[in-house]
Amino acid sequence: MALLSVTNLSVVKRDRLLFENINFAVEKGGLLYVKGQNGAGKTSMLRVLAGLVAADSGEVCFSQQNIQTSRESYHQNLVYFGHKLGINQTMSAVENLQFWCNQHQVSISIETIFSTLLQLNLVGLEDIPVANLSAGQQRRVALARFWLKQNAQLWILDEPFTALDTQGIDLLSKQITKFLNSGGAVIMTSHQRLDLDYLTDELTLEYRI
Amino acid sequence: MAALMAILKRDLALAYRQRAELLQPMMFFVLVISLFPLAVGPESNTLQVIGPGVIWVAAILSSLLGLERLFRDDFQDGSLEQLMLSTTPLAMAALIKVLAHWLTSILPLILLSPLLALFLHLSEPMYWALLKTLLLGTPILSLIGAIAVGLTVGLNRGGVLLALLLLPVFIPLLIFATSAVESASMQLQYTAQLAIIGAMFLFSLALAPFAIAYALRVSQT
Repeated sequence: MALLSVTNLSVVKRDRLLFENINFAVEKGGLLYVKGQNGAGKTSMLRVLAGLVAADSGEVCFSQQNIQTSRESYHQNLVYFGHKLGINQTMSAVENLQFWCNQHQVSISIETIFSTLLQLNLVGLEDIPVANLSAGQQRRVALARFWLKQNAQLWILDEPFTALDTQGIDLLSKQITKFLNSGGAVIMTSHQRLDLDYLTDELTLEYRI
Repeated sequence: MAALMAILKRDLALAYRQRAELLQPMMFFVLVISLFPLAVGPESNTLQVIGPGVIWVAAILSSLLGLERLFRDDFQDGSLEQLMLSTTPLAMAALIKVLAHWLTSILPLILLSPLLALFLHLSEPMYWALLKTLLLGTPILSLIGAIAVGLTVGLNRGGVLLALLLLPVFIPLLIFATSAVESASMQLQYTAQLAIIGAMFLFSLALAPFAIAYALRVSQT
């Protein structure tokens, strides 16, 4: 049974048809890699899949339920990582993650947050405003969500490897593989070559004028 | 519930950290009002007539100045996106954010109002009437204003557009508020005006959160 199924999806942005009649399904343990040129509509597609934007036509279903009507149960099972990191610049890493966990009903102790930041090589940077961290370190703070939210079934990642160093890419790749092996599904875009030791489905979006 | 409390705490903490930005509308409020005695002349009769109107107009303008802060940062850094993907109902989250905004940028204006009433020679009954209209009326500014901020947050430089959208909407409020103070200056009852402002407040309190949530979702496209 497909975890996420997409039927006849079309998205129009500023009078330009990005894509139409897209159909696919992602199974449990499936990894879908969305490819395409700049401007082909990868980000728009992921935002529709996450439920942030409504599609112009077509349907996205999570465990057979339309995500627009069963928003809450869908979002309980989803972690989305987009171009905007979703962390406040004046708050510290710990404050940001605590707030995020609070909103996403992830009950987690402060010790776990600290040890996650330790894993992500952010020792000593936990309590200073995020604005003082480098671009890569800020992304690591945002990526910590994938370590903290344990009960998710679907991850949607938009260009997660941008600005990360090789060690960071390695860490995230390992975490993604671990999640896939435990039965989670992942949808991601990336311009880097995927170095995952895992069976990958590919979906290529064409740039349309 | 705990999630909503966390939003309130976060927004209050953020406001405290960005207090320089919060002070600007307050300074504007005080300065605009202190210009009037200088421009019109210190004669108490004239000032008493224009006083309530001046304070209300200044309050509306300075609330517009700080209004954009409400969702701007959260929209730009993506916190709003993550909030929409959380299990917290967006309408309730928006209401809490409006409350935090009112507490941090409008309540200080009300606390300053006795000083300004003194500048404009308002009599004591007039001041009490003014205070009541401000307490009931300014939450309407925040609630209705938040809908417009939600709609314009996706556009860059929505500042002037925001004022153009909102000022006409605030006219009824302005009319009833100043008429209440005028009645008070003539020792008349002004419960009717207060009741109408109260009704406007309750109406916007009931409906605005859903409108804000809808506007924020529209802005995501």
